[in-house]
Amino acid sequence: MATTTVEGAAPAHEHAEELDFYKASRGIKSWLLTLDHKRIGLMYLAGVLLAFFAAGVIAIIFRAELMTPQIDLLAPAVGEGSATIGRELYNKLFTLHGAMMVFVFIIPAIPAALGNFLLPLMLGAKDVAFPRLNLLSFYVWLTGTLILILAILAGQLDTGWTFYTPYSTSTHGAAPVVLAVTGAFVLGFSSILTGLNFVVTVHKMRAPGLTWNRMPLMIWALYSTAVIQVLATPVLAITLLLLLFENAFNVGIFNPAMGGDPVLFQHFFWFYSHPAVYIMILPGFGIISEIIAIHSRKHIFGYKAIALSSVSIAVISFLVWGHHMFVSGQSEFASALFSFLTFAVAVPTAIKVFSWVATLYKGSISFNTPMLYGLIFIFTFSIGGLTGLHLGTLSTDVHFHDSYFVVAHFHYVMMGGTVIAFIGGLHHWFPKMFGKMYNENHGRIGALLVFLGFNLTFFSQFVLGAQGMPRRYAEYDPEFQGWHVASSIGSFILAAGLLWTLIYLLMALKNGKKATANPWGGASLEWATSSPPIAHNFHDTPHVDSDPYNFPEIDHTMKTGHH
Amino acid sequence: MTGLNHPLLAAASDTADRFGSLFTFINVISVAAFTMVIAVTVYFSVKYRRRSEGQRTSPVKHNFKLEFLWSAVPTVLMIVMFAWGFNDFAALSQTPADALPLRVIAKQWNWTVGYPGLDRECTAEMSADGGAETEFVVPVNRPFTVKLSSEDVLHSFWIPDFKVKKDALPNRYTGYTVTPTEIGDHRFYCAEYCGANHSRMAGTIHVVSQEDWKLWLDGKLEGVPNCKVDPTAPDYAPKLFVKYGCAGCHSVTEDRAIVIGPPLYGLVAKGSETMEDGSSVTVDDNYLRESIEYAEKQRVAGFAGKNMPAFRGRISEVELDALVNYIKGLGAVDQAPTNEDGTKSE
Repeated sequence: MATTTVEGAAPAHEHAEELDFYKASRGIKSWLLTLDHKRIGLMYLAGVLLAFFAAGVIAIIFRAELMTPQIDLLAPAVGEGSATIGRELYNKLFTLHGAMMVFVFIIPAIPAALGNFLLPLMLGAKDVAFPRLNLLSFYVWLTGTLILILAILAGQLDTGWTFYTPYSTSTHGAAPVVLAVTGAFVLGFSSILTGLNFVVTVHKMRAPGLTWNRMPLMIWALYSTAVIQVLATPVLAITLLLLLFENAFNVGIFNPAMGGDPVLFQHFFWFYSHPAVYIMILPGFGIISEIIAIHSRKHIFGYKAIALSSVSIAVISFLVWGHHMFVSGQSEFASALFSFLTFAVAVPTAIKVFSWVATLYKGSISFNTPMLYGLIFIFTFSIGGLTGLHLGTLSTDVHFHDSYFVVAHFHYVMMGGTVIAFIGGLHHWFPKMFGKMYNENHGRIGALLVFLGFNLTFFSQFVLGAQGMPRRYAEYDPEFQGWHVASSIGSFILAAGLLWTLIYLLMALKNGKKATANPWGGASLEWATSSPPIAHNFHDTPHVDSDPYNFPEIDHTMKTGHH
Repeated sequence: MTGLNHPLLAAASDTADRFGSLFTFINVISVAAFTMVIAVTVYFSVKYRRRSEGQRTSPVKHNFKLEFLWSAVPTVLMIVMFAWGFNDFAALSQTPADALPLRVIAKQWNWTVGYPGLDRECTAEMSADGGAETEFVVPVNRPFTVKLSSEDVLHSFWIPDFKVKKDALPNRYTGYTVTPTEIGDHRFYCAEYCGANHSRMAGTIHVVSQEDWKLWLDGKLEGVPNCKVDPTAPDYAPKLFVKYGCAGCHSVTEDRAIVIGPPLYGLVAKGSETMEDGSSVTVDDNYLRESIEYAEKQRVAGFAGKNMPAFRGRISEVELDALVNYIKGLGAVDQAPTNEDGTKSE
């Protein structure tokens, strides 16, 4: 298994006296002040899952409201202006849902939670380059989360997660939006710290023999993500500074009443937030590459194409922000450029999908839970990616912009892509992280529920959007009701699937079978150490003399069907 | 709310027609690509499912021909989509000479659709539950041009059946041109989130035949709001005075609360105004009219550097009459508006 390709990874029995990182030190302080990347990763995991749960519950509440065209569930039964009160509550709920999901959950979910745990292990390193910085980034994340929640709860923030001016600065004064952008920036700062740490770690701490071309694709993805995090997030700081400047000194920047331009805010916002979309999805690509290769016992198809497409997506992602603004009043010429560049991002993305499918060819495909999520990802992410064509095309976007079609598209990409990959990754590395196995049949049931629920929820929204249903509507014309009901029912199934998943994973933590060091037969370094790993990861520095997808099942005498 | 259908490809405008073709093209490609990806995935998953532990697998790592093919084909298809989409997009900002101009003003939370030069303005007051349903009328098969702006935050003027949308901004005009091609009622919505009652900022467009359009202009079309502005209503002129921003600079009360521009209270009673060059001008109908239409020609002493915009071409004759009469009445002994022609001032 792994030891056939990893030199120097000593068998565990020689060091049987060494404790795993859970047992190496004890007490709450040993967690809160830990410098161990694995513990920091797990603290992040607990945090982001809590945020995911809270933001998910909110989504279920407003999907329940949307079962009927009128505002009813959220509105007080009687009284003057009760409908308006209900709508205001609805607006706060979708704001809270979006802001929590994007800034608190998805952005850190894979890099900070799984990435922190895995990156040094996959590199054969003892830890990240700057362990103290790593701990700091966790507390910065916690601070940003609290600021954002404060902005939304105390500040009556009801702007949607995009905080568009002048609505955001005029309705309840500028304080909530300043606070919210501060929260987003502090969260972004946590991303910068993680990103910086990862860039340095990848450059300096690879095990001997682990050349760039032998790095697992998960590392390439985390690396590309880290570069975007470091370069894009400062733009949020500039936006924040300009907002503060405008309000403190009455200089018109975004506020039209003072001669500013509200559309400028959109440019700033998307200059960060579009690359942030790739911060969210690139690590998901990394997970899928790992899962598909390992569970089909095949070398990943087109390693270099996948690795380089991650890097090129990272670069082009900085040049496409204006595709969020085709109907904003930005010049037609600018829109044309942004449309063109958007298609330029689509090509490397398509290459990845084709490469994953080709990896399955003549493999030995296991249908365990991680692989099911890998296959679900190919299904849902393809829909998300292909509907991006409708939105990248200028004239069709004019119709779909700010409709449910967009909502469906980004949920197919963010949830059908990133979150599905995240859940798949969680199952794939669960034995490594916790040293326990979950029940495979429970996992398969969960995957099926998530798959069905997800598609019912969001495919319905494509239809709604095409039919003319605007997003962020607390109420709607009655002819839309059928698809809304379908979407809501789907969301309940999806919620049931996720809850089921949470329950059996928690059960596995308690009662699961003990996991071996390498339950899937992985060839990358994280599988070369015990499950869970010892505190400093490896007994001896591992040496690498092969690539991470060189599985023993691969028959080098088999005809490859080309050349 | 009306019980309208929203067929997926309702071709109710020229833009919707073009949209339908491109949408179909993208759908065909997307569905084909998706079907191919999923079919191959399912086929491989079944054929190469793990039958035994240690099942041998292929050593293939890449295939240049295949990779080139699946990079090049999408690239070509996407260039077609881009060019096609841009071509249709550009058509939205081309305005034929015979286009009907509409002035669409968005605010929290209703739409006002004005017909410059036709003395019509369709709007809706907010109802008790916070909703406002604006209805307006356009003729079929004649392009109309929307000149769009907002009085407060961002909004977006979306007519799903026409496949057109543009944001309304508080600091500049935006807009589009579209030709309705189907008689009937079509919904429109605010598509840019704008606060509490965003979801009730909607309305209906009545697309009518050319004959009905003439009837509507004559105020004789039944079943749709007539939107006729009544210039004899007592609040007509004061509202115009605010709408055109006059009230921001010109005081209309005796206390002369604002003096950015010359106060207008008692101006006619005063009889004449001293100009910047020292000459004296009689204040009569034509003086007022010229001051509104060509403000830069009439510079009153003491207001150097205060530039009023010229309103020539921006307001209709009816509105001009109403404003002139309103200003004449300010502080006049006889409050009744006079309609006789004034003599030309020297």
